Amino acid sequence: MSHYYGQFINLLAAILLLLSFAMLGQRRILSLINLFMAQGAVLCVSTATVAFVTGQSHLYWSALITLLLKVILLPWILHRLIRRLNVKWDIETLINIPTTMLIGIVLVIFSFNLALPISELAGTVTRATLGIAIAAVLLAFLMMITRSKAVPQVIGFLAMENGLFFAATSATYGMPMVVELGIALDVLVGMVILGVFFFQIRERFDSLDIRHLEQLKED
Amino acid sequence: MEFLLVLGFPLLGGIALALTGHWKRAAEINAAFSLLTLLAAIFLTVNVVEHGPQLLYDEQIFIDPLNVFLVALTAFVGFTTSLFSRPYMRIEHHHGRLTTGRLRLYHSMFQLFMFTMLLALTTNNMGILWVAMEAATLTTVLLVSLYRTAASLEAAWKYFILCGVGIAQALFGTILLFFAAEKILGHEGGALLWTHLDAVKGQLEPAVMSLAFVFLLVGYGAKVGLAPLHNWLPDAHAEGPTPVSAVLSGLLLNVALYAVLRCKVLADGALHSSLAGLLMMGFGLLSVVVAAFFLSRQKDIKRMFAYSSIEHMGIVTFAFGMGGPVANFAGLLHMTVHSLTKSAIFFAVGHATQKSGTQLMEHIRGLIKLSPTIGWGLMLGTLAILGMPPFGVFASEFLILTTAMKQQPWATPLLLMALGVAFAAIFGKVQPMVFGESAPGSLRLLPHKPAMLPVFMHLGLVLMLGLWIPPYLAEWYRQAARFIG
Repeated sequence: MSHYYGQFINLLAAILLLLSFAMLGQRRILSLINLFMAQGAVLCVSTATVAFVTGQSHLYWSALITLLLKVILLPWILHRLIRRLNVKWDIETLINIPTTMLIGIVLVIFSFNLALPISELAGTVTRATLGIAIAAVLLAFLMMITRSKAVPQVIGFLAMENGLFFAATSATYGMPMVVELGIALDVLVGMVILGVFFFQIRERFDSLDIRHLEQLKED
Repeated sequence: MEFLLVLGFPLLGGIALALTGHWKRAAEINAAFSLLTLLAAIFLTVNVVEHGPQLLYDEQIFIDPLNVFLVALTAFVGFTTSLFSRPYMRIEHHHGRLTTGRLRLYHSMFQLFMFTMLLALTTNNMGILWVAMEAATLTTVLLVSLYRTAASLEAAWKYFILCGVGIAQALFGTILLFFAAEKILGHEGGALLWTHLDAVKGQLEPAVMSLAFVFLLVGYGAKVGLAPLHNWLPDAHAEGPTPVSAVLSGLLLNVALYAVLRCKVLADGALHSSLAGLLMMGFGLLSVVVAAFFLSRQKDIKRMFAYSSIEHMGIVTFAFGMGGPVANFAGLLHMTVHSLTKSAIFFAVGHATQKSGTQLMEHIRGLIKLSPTIGWGLMLGTLAILGMPPFGVFASEFLILTTAMKQQPWATPLLLMALGVAFAAIFGKVQPMVFGESAPGSLRLLPHKPAMLPVFMHLGLVLMLGLWIPPYLAEWYRQAARFIG
């Protein structure tokens, strides 16, 4: 029976990776937030499944925190932000999307190689998914690099945290509860501060294009 | 009990100032809370030095000679900075650069920033250490952008993104650390508690630990300001208000380096090789050289001293990378004198820029004539940070250099060259600012009396440490140096 659960977790991991690529290729901010929400939902289901299979009851709490924070609260804040800031336009990317996708594939291969020695040591049912977790982190990083607007960069940042959370679940069945609560608090406070910060940027530059933020250079 | 007060006062202060910060007396309340934190920290230090390391609250808190020394330093510089910021922020308010609302934000965030740093220093849990380091970034982002100018917003954005990405690497490193530890310590029962990890460090899987250390070093190293991840540092220092530059340079960099040190102890035990030390030496040396060459190109006074901080953190990282009792002793001493000297310099620089109304060095001239205390403060601080005897920086740099000659002779020419370039760059720029001819009327009168007491207090301490380290303190450094191994 647990074999099927293992397959189910692998399936969820594959969906997570697919969503990371979808975010990399997405041009509209609204869809980007929805994709982020979907990623959070996959994370929540996979954490709950791991909790059910392994009997690690504290993972149910992690799943609940994920549900509240990443599926409900953060997307809600992001939706409110872009409505208040009125930024629903298409995103321009710094590198065109097919090239970004190709770089992404290289990153996935790299992550699987990086994860191989670690996952051989891991005794968890989820060890096969560690490579995907690292890939999700690196793809989110790539998204941050290739976007020129502030909001997509922040979504990239949050997606990176998703990847790290997934890595923690698949390698070790999650971090101790007090640490996970602390991380969740940091993410939430960070989001609120960024919200304030967006208004400051817009008030100053009338736009959220961070290419305005390239004046400080060594000359 | 003392410990609870050390963390309690800044937290309480942060909340109280957020609620009541629009009061006229907010700056005094800020200083009062910082003083209470300092007193609590002194009691804690005395207690730890007399009774040895303490494990408190279900082993979540661990205080040993290594971190209690940084707790005392942090509380002290926090207090003197709050003394300096009282007239400084009043003058900024008077010049119309800040509103009362922003002063309230500043005071509240200052206390919370102190809280996160003290938590990072005292926690025994590597996960909470990460959480506190990230929280320290979050509390200072809005302080860097306090003036809401285009440049300050950019600096704050860069600070947030670069440190955020950096700290995400450190989280991955922490996950790997937990993964390696969980095999031996089990999932329950403190596999992230440093004391437990330290007890079993010889059994941790070397392959995982080397990967974990690389991620932790890169992640926390970004916050130390090690090249090539140092880009946020000059911007954040130059564009934020000066008291914030003083605590960022004097304290936050130390706390981040402390995190690296804790990880290094574990990595050394697990790896049975000098990988961790070599990596730290490499990053340290690179930072020293990169910073030295950027120093000569700076036009903004705060940017210049920010690069000087990168240089000094590079020297300390290099010293800890070499390891051994002498290098560790020198590294700890250098951390202390750098943090005292650099914050003193930023205090003097803060008032100098207020007097001349600009941060551009070519427009600051003749400080000594119109304001001798500020002029002398800046000059003496500069001489101290450049490693002139008899100041303490000379003693620690001398120890580091002589150890380098013995253990890593290849690195000595690079270090000496970088120190020479830095000397020429900084001294050549500060000298005309202090002694040069000023155009009449180029310096304004300040509406409040500047706070020069903290500057001379710090410089006096640095001078004392250069001439004579009290045996009590020396023993304390030795104990801490042994903990690092």
